Amino acid sequence: MKIKAIALNTFKEAIRDRILYLLLFFAAAALIFSRVLALLTVGDRVKIIMDVGLASLSLFGVLMAILMGTGLVYKEIDKKTIYTLLSKPIHRYQFLLGKFFGLLITLFVMLFLMCLIFMIIIFLHNFTIEWKMFIAFFFIFLEMVLVTAVALLFSCFSTPILSSIFTLSFFLIGRTSWGLETLIKKMPSGLGKITAQIIYTILPDLENLNYKTEVVHNLPIPVDLVLFSTLYGIAYSVFVLTLAILIFRRRDFI
Amino acid sequence: MKTALKIENLHKSFKTGFALKKKKILKGISINVEPGEIFGYLGPNGAGKTTTIKCILGLIFPEQGDIEILGYPYLSLKSKEKLGFLPENPYFYDYLNAEEFLDFYNRLYHIPSEQTKEKIRSLLELVGLEKAKDLQLRKFSKGMLQRIGLAQALINDPELVILDEPLGGLDPLGRKEMRDIIFQLKEKGKTVFLSSHILQDIEMICDKVAIIMDGQIVSQGKLQELISEKILFTEMIVSGIDKSDLEPLAEEITFQGDKTFIKVFREENIKDILALVQEKKGKLHSLLPRTPTLEDLFVGTVKKT
Repeated sequence: MKIKAIALNTFKEAIRDRILYLLLFFAAAALIFSRVLALLTVGDRVKIIMDVGLASLSLFGVLMAILMGTGLVYKEIDKKTIYTLLSKPIHRYQFLLGKFFGLLITLFVMLFLMCLIFMIIIFLHNFTIEWKMFIAFFFIFLEMVLVTAVALLFSCFSTPILSSIFTLSFFLIGRTSWGLETLIKKMPSGLGKITAQIIYTILPDLENLNYKTEVVHNLPIPVDLVLFSTLYGIAYSVFVLTLAILIFRRRDFI
Repeated sequence: MKTALKIENLHKSFKTGFALKKKKILKGISINVEPGEIFGYLGPNGAGKTTTIKCILGLIFPEQGDIEILGYPYLSLKSKEKLGFLPENPYFYDYLNAEEFLDFYNRLYHIPSEQTKEKIRSLLELVGLEKAKDLQLRKFSKGMLQRIGLAQALINDPELVILDEPLGGLDPLGRKEMRDIIFQLKEKGKTVFLSSHILQDIEMICDKVAIIMDGQIVSQGKLQELISEKILFTEMIVSGIDKSDLEPLAEEITFQGDKTFIKVFREENIKDILALVQEKKGKLHSLLPRTPTLEDLFVGTVKKT
């Protein structure tokens, strides 16, 4: 109940913020641009729209998650609204989870709107609904969930600008760490390989949540892979959130 | 009856500067607040008032010491259910309107019911904001924010109300209204713990005070006990009397226009001055015995430390 009240209040705060609408506007512009780009392309135009569109959705989704995730907890501390809130009978973890779920509701609504625009653009092009797209949408959302958890973790002890840089770095590392996996396969066994393996295990691998290529090129998507990816996204988010709660629990609000 | 607020030997320091050197803010604070009293926590800026309050609320963690609120450990939810808090210079969610704001805080205690609306309405009426209920908090003046802050502090009908500089930023009328509300709370049997650096506020409102200076309590007790009833001196304003006649009787004489301001330390001289006024057909404008004020006590304590 208390988490729900804080979540709904966070949602209210986020949707009354103008920055969100600016991002939504740019996202819509990027989606429409994918349609323009398709006109200039020789070959399968739907694939171009889907490719550029899904990439835009993912990028703007993550940007929204970073921008809001790093700002909202810090704002409570900076503007001292947290003093009043924590004087009420709530645990600190309830505050953090409330913020997290409030952000997720907001991000879900934003992603829903972006997906709707995107589906309409595709529908107007070939008059069919690409159901497979929902798998990509789902994993884009899961990626946003994970990035939000990371943003929240950093904002527990750092300023919004630093948190944004850290979270963006996390995202970029996550998107490129699959290269390390290839490297490990080609490395001779020894200390170097073990070190690389340890680093790869610790680092996030956001490619696990990337189904854009499979969806755009109509490749088969095995069910067990989907299950693994879902579990990976949820487990990583829970781990990061737990870390955030542990840090937040003993923090002094000066 | 359980003590409303019991603080024992509270220590807190913060790491400051590049070298993260420890700076002691609280150096063994002990306070006892009995139920039903208005307790004033007095001290200059930076003495440690807000730090003490933050420790009570669990916003910061003391290194040493113990706090009990109405018999419960201070970090327990049970203690917080019976507590109301108004921060200094309150800043609240400015995207909410007054009604939404109180509704949000209410949800942290209770599941909203049919009585919620009525409770919010009566609280808005108590703080004089019933007409501003649909106004977003970003459009509120400082005084209005202080009032809505007080309303949220009372949303759970708390037994102990902690107010950090409650009269700061209010106009004279607002101060009077805030004082009246604090007296109303006392009448209802609530305990009020308020911090302030404005002596007159504390003097007018509080039953008991504690003076904090540089992280230590230097004086604590009932206001009447701390400030004796003894007359320090008498201030008189007269006119139509020559200075030479007054000089043997008064310790200090100053002139302002046709009025003479005199400070008399010996009581027997007052009678002589009054007789002199009658004899010379002068005029007595005012006669004011000065008892010690909290300010005298405060200044005296500061000088001692």
